[in-house]
Amino acid sequence: MAGSADLTRLYAHEMAALLRAGEVSSRELTGAHLDAAERDNRGLNAWLTIDRERALEEADAADARIAAARGDATLAETHPLLGVAVGLKDLVSVAGGQCTAGSRILEGYVSPYDAHITERLRDVGAVILGKTNMDEFAMGSSTEHSAFGPTANPWALDRVPGGSSGGSSAAVAAYHVPLALGTDTGGSIRQPAALTGTVGMKPTYGRVSRYGIVAFASSLDQIGPIGRDARDAAALLHAVAGRDERDSTSSPAPVPDELLALPSSDDEAITALRGKRLGLPREYFVAGMEPGVEARVREAVAALEQAGAIVEQVSLPHTEYGLATYYIVAPAEASANLARYDGIRYGPRLGDGDVLSIYLATRGRGFGAEVKRRLMLGTYALSAGYYDAYYLKAQKVRTLIKGDFDALWAQGFDALVAPTSPTVAFRFGARMADPVSMYLSDACTLPVNVAGLPGISVPCGLSEGLPVGLQFIGAPWSEAELFAVARGYEGLTADADWRGLEPAELARAADPATPSPARHVEVGAA
Amino acid sequence: MTKSHAGAAYRPTGPGRRPSAGTPPGLGYDRIMVTLSRSDVEHVAHLARLGLTEDELTLLEGQLNHILDQYAILTRLDTEHIPPTAQTIELENILRDDVAGPSLSADAVLANAPAREGEFFLVPPILTERD
Repeated sequence: MAGSADLTRLYAHEMAALLRAGEVSSRELTGAHLDAAERDNRGLNAWLTIDRERALEEADAADARIAAARGDATLAETHPLLGVAVGLKDLVSVAGGQCTAGSRILEGYVSPYDAHITERLRDVGAVILGKTNMDEFAMGSSTEHSAFGPTANPWALDRVPGGSSGGSSAAVAAYHVPLALGTDTGGSIRQPAALTGTVGMKPTYGRVSRYGIVAFASSLDQIGPIGRDARDAAALLHAVAGRDERDSTSSPAPVPDELLALPSSDDEAITALRGKRLGLPREYFVAGMEPGVEARVREAVAALEQAGAIVEQVSLPHTEYGLATYYIVAPAEASANLARYDGIRYGPRLGDGDVLSIYLATRGRGFGAEVKRRLMLGTYALSAGYYDAYYLKAQKVRTLIKGDFDALWAQGFDALVAPTSPTVAFRFGARMADPVSMYLSDACTLPVNVAGLPGISVPCGLSEGLPVGLQFIGAPWSEAELFAVARGYEGLTADADWRGLEPAELARAADPATPSPARHVEVGAA
Repeated sequence: MTKSHAGAAYRPTGPGRRPSAGTPPGLGYDRIMVTLSRSDVEHVAHLARLGLTEDELTLLEGQLNHILDQYAILTRLDTEHIPPTAQTIELENILRDDVAGPSLSADAVLANAPAREGEFFLVPPILTERD
């Protein structure tokens, strides 16, 4: 078999074919990915833990399953992720492992049980390589709010990989794993996917069980995949999606088998675009959008039209209210969810004296600046006398925002096409001093969470040498259709000059002389 | 197991979801334009059970007011007859049979406790005698 560097460049679906053909073992694949992750991590800080021993054990178990399936001729029934390495954002419980959610307040905590999605990954035989870095409690758009230092973007080491799932997106972009799981409350999968040139999907609210996931804002949070192409990401969603009685918001809606049947042929994939009715929401071309980003998105839209898609300008008139609505609902729900971190049952207990002193010290010193800011906002918005003015008002505006989308689905649109992020990856520190400027990073993604819809970001070229993301938004439960459109766009651009490019500073990340991104931790820290 | 220990005195998010007494007619939602004073910020920090430094309180006073200013955009919308959306999918009243199932052992649950005594989480006294 080829050298181990080449193995990391394979797509998961290519790995699956080689594993079934007996041309490579999961141990070889896993070893190659572990080597790459360990080599680059000082320069990227994408991983909070890399569990070599456990990953290789899981790889051996996968190899044994493949051999057994070959023996009784059931290889075709195994899941395409059998023996494939994945990364998990460090808010997914893995029994016996750490789960910090990027916070000091969970330092030393050991998960007593597996999350539902961890169980599902074990069922299909995926190999868990480790846990990825993230903004503390998933609050942020850059990973700069991680208590364990920021992650660098492999495209430019002085820039952020997006957030909050920035460790997952950077690890996938850097070929440490073909796939990783993230969570998306306001854009935390799609925006980092856009900023690192990867594919990221936020599924419909309720598509994936959140049992065993650290909660941020429970009416918005959803788990989803990050990969390097649509087929891989769809396979990971297929592995983890579906009803779980331990999360009463998880839906009994059937998980479509089409997620495993996206066309391998580019021509066939492009055919799926013909006659698709796509809305182009004018409000998503927001003030402050970089001209290079707008140009790439408009070029992509033109290409879709040329392939036979019908693109129509549409309006989502309440878009401008999305940011305020989100920044009332999400902090309010967070202030309730994060009440559990009190230094009593788990995590460090700080301070002494009475219980109140312990609460104040543990929470005051255990949480970082952004988390404290949002807990203050949320507590205020829910406090006596302000509930109607803030939380109830925001929930009513939420109805209007959702109604904008519903009107377009009723008109027969198959999907909407829009930018994912108004800018390419920004420099460390650029948005740390002004929280509102950081919040605006998600202006094009957070209305999708507010409305509970699925959305996917796919790479659509470069601006100033940095990746640009194209977002498709669909009606509830239309993930398979969104992936088909995304796969069609991949087919259209299969020969584009930017397709074959590797992240420009990946080699520098591997250089032991490159300083750790932890040096950026003080830049503009608020 | 924990009920007589940590839970009793702990109401971390203050009054929580209690609706306000009502907004006087005619004022609409103008109250959303409110400005937080230093003592408001200290009060909210207490409700959130966050022990903040003087510097943090000063910084937050400015930042929270700046963020609250962004919320004012919502006052442009008349939402009097719009129902609220608390969640976006049509699931409701998910019930299961009331049957006990396996759960984690006490040791597994207590393994992360910063302080324990036997099968209990250990905390400082909550109730003390009055002078």
